[in-house]
Amino acid sequence: MGFDVIASFMTIVGLSTPILLAGLGEMITEKSGVLNLGVEGMMLLGAIGGFAAGVLTHNPWLAVVCAAAAGAMGGLLFGVFTLSLNSNQTATGLALTIFGTGLSSLLGLSFTGMIVMPFGSVFPVALARHPILQIIFGYSPIVYFALIMVPLVAWFLRSTRAGLILRAVGENDRSAHSLGYNVILVRYSAIAFGGAMAGIAGAYFSLVITPMWAERMTAGRGWIALALVVFAGWKAGRLLVGAYLFGVLMWLELFAKAGGFGDVLPVAQIIPSQFWAAMPFIMTVVVLAIISSRDKGGDNAPACLGKPFLPTG
Amino acid sequence: MSKDNAMPNPPPRLELKGITKHFPGVLANDHVSMAVQPGEIHALLGENGAGKSTLVKMIYGIMQPDAGEIRWNGKPVVVPNPKAARRLGIGMVFQHFSLFEALTVMENIALGMDARIPAREPDARIRAVMTQYGLLLDPGRIVSTLSVGERQRIEIVRALLLNPELLIMDEPTSVLTPQEVDQLFVVLRQLASEGRSILYISHKLHEIKALCDTATILRGGKLVDRCDPRVESSRSMAEKMIGGNLKDIQRGKLGNFGAEKLVVKGLSVPAEGPFGVALKDISFSVRAGEIFGIAGVAGNGQNALLLALSGEATAKSHQAISVDGAPVGHMRARARRGQGMASVPEERNGHAAVPVFSLADNAVLTARDRLGMVRSGLIDHRAARTYAGEVIEAFSVKATGPGALAESLSGGNLQKYIMGREILQKPQVLVVSQPTWGVDAGAAAAIHQALVDLAADGSAIVVISQDLDELLALCDTLAVINEGRLSRPMKVSEARIEEIGLLMGGIHGETTHAA
Repeated sequence: MGFDVIASFMTIVGLSTPILLAGLGEMITEKSGVLNLGVEGMMLLGAIGGFAAGVLTHNPWLAVVCAAAAGAMGGLLFGVFTLSLNSNQTATGLALTIFGTGLSSLLGLSFTGMIVMPFGSVFPVALARHPILQIIFGYSPIVYFALIMVPLVAWFLRSTRAGLILRAVGENDRSAHSLGYNVILVRYSAIAFGGAMAGIAGAYFSLVITPMWAERMTAGRGWIALALVVFAGWKAGRLLVGAYLFGVLMWLELFAKAGGFGDVLPVAQIIPSQFWAAMPFIMTVVVLAIISSRDKGGDNAPACLGKPFLPTG
Repeated sequence: MSKDNAMPNPPPRLELKGITKHFPGVLANDHVSMAVQPGEIHALLGENGAGKSTLVKMIYGIMQPDAGEIRWNGKPVVVPNPKAARRLGIGMVFQHFSLFEALTVMENIALGMDARIPAREPDARIRAVMTQYGLLLDPGRIVSTLSVGERQRIEIVRALLLNPELLIMDEPTSVLTPQEVDQLFVVLRQLASEGRSILYISHKLHEIKALCDTATILRGGKLVDRCDPRVESSRSMAEKMIGGNLKDIQRGKLGNFGAEKLVVKGLSVPAEGPFGVALKDISFSVRAGEIFGIAGVAGNGQNALLLALSGEATAKSHQAISVDGAPVGHMRARARRGQGMASVPEERNGHAAVPVFSLADNAVLTARDRLGMVRSGLIDHRAARTYAGEVIEAFSVKATGPGALAESLSGGNLQKYIMGREILQKPQVLVVSQPTWGVDAGAAAAIHQALVDLAADGSAIVVISQDLDELLALCDTLAVINEGRLSRPMKVSEARIEEIGLLMGGIHGETTHAA
């Protein structure tokens, strides 16, 4: 078997899409000053929510909406604890991941063995299955949605008043409060958006990649999405580049596991596949070190990230 | 400077009637009634905790009064939030700027406006306001790269764009050079001449005398007096504020200094971080009994200098700093304390004291060696509590006792405690930064007196402060730090304020005293 460029490319797109979606959502959440480590949990809630809706309604579009709602619910639960009850964001985020994993497994029990119609390309078969053109038309609508969201999120943050207020809340919550902005409401909205995006990312696993239910099917990609946000320096454009770069690395892992290097690059076969799996994290650390060592503060992290907001008047 | 309006007997711009606000355990405002006229610059005076901030927060809608009425241009109003206040025509410039460091000047201004994000058209309006009042700023600059004076300009522009009829200014001059203060006053007088009212909160009484038409004085949440600051003296107003006689700093004979205690010779420290300031070739000496002041606008190397003197940053050369002739440049803070050198940094919470530690535990942190609070690795809690109790007693710190958490104290009380903690250790050399920052007049006087007494006992003292009045009142010798360089020292008795102002603004020159 030769090296199939088109199939490899399409695999990379498939690997990149969920982390791009979850990363965009988490970036908005973090820009508002909230660190939600529960991305993995929200993805799993979205995966089971979307899958259940797919099984029950046979409507993939509705399934994706339900996935978004399920993810957003997870996010709002996180919000109730961290924003309204002022619990620790790190601990609560980890708890959300554990909760999402457990709840999705529990709900998934009744769906074991069932299959939904894969939410594939909506283009005519002639395009979607065309040997060459499928590289453009052969994807699930979720892939195009993720790509459209990149400029939308960038535009929202840069050019809209709502985006400016969101950044202001993440930068200096007290000042935003004293100017009369509702810090808590802004953060709830950002968390809900982040949860919805993570939910859609989860649905990509249960509706597109493998249209059946399996426990923990997101396989830790939520953590990669978290690393991706830091890697991208909280910028949407870099998030897109980073998502596809990480996608390539994840593909290399699969490629190495399948012994793909055997024909193409035998030397690379001595590198264990775990090395490729670790690469996104290693690269994030390296990029962070480079960013923080640069003099002119390329560090774009929101100043209030992870800090609770306690208005004292 | 009040103007007669066309209308006969116009109602006051703002009138407060019986405003009352309770906090748990405190009555922050007790039936306060006052009025601000159109075109009036009205001073609101009072010590820390007198209720000034609470009062203006209620006017600006950040808090709601428990009782009482706010009348705006004669009509009773409720101000539920700052947005509503701005809609009425009330603008506010905060003491601690409510700016967003990572955003641009323009974005910061836009956030303070309750309209759509400015595109081209309001951009022109912003520029018009800036030129009209001589408040020049580059709209595209990131705020973190601006000086304190420039940041304040953003706040003022932000407030002026809303065309306010009342502008509240909370301690606006505490961070400015004398020249910047003059520029600000020109702007404020121009605003008043246009019929706008200004409510001016400050504790700098000579500024209030120079600027304001009326003064309202609060003490303990109650309105205690109303006066015309132009006919009062600074002293009489200060006494009304504290409700008693103001103690002068009692000092002995001047100029009788002993041997050199602290010698700094060619101290250079590279800048730390992207916004740090490098210290360049700093040399000065302080003799026994001398109080040496270092003036300067914030961000000119004061922090780096304090860290270098305290030992948190060590010098390359052993000889760069010496105490009583012994080189200490290479020593870290603890070793320098062993040599008789103590220091108090500017930031009380988290630098000078650990907020969640008790006062006794905070005493252990700096006094453990000199006062033997640690024996074979174990803390002698009784010694720590006794010492903390002594400090509380000697400096009349308002606290529940040595077990009180540092964070439970008000700023002024914590500052008194921290100063007392060092002073009662009788250090040979004491370096303090901003010793009375955010501290009320009574506490400031106590701290100043303690420093003078320590000097009289033969210690050498370095006071780093942005408050020029404080330095002029307290110090024997004064130098100015600007961009990490220290000017030549001058005797305070011979120093001219214009020259100091020019040095603070960065105009160096040994020849300026010709003029």
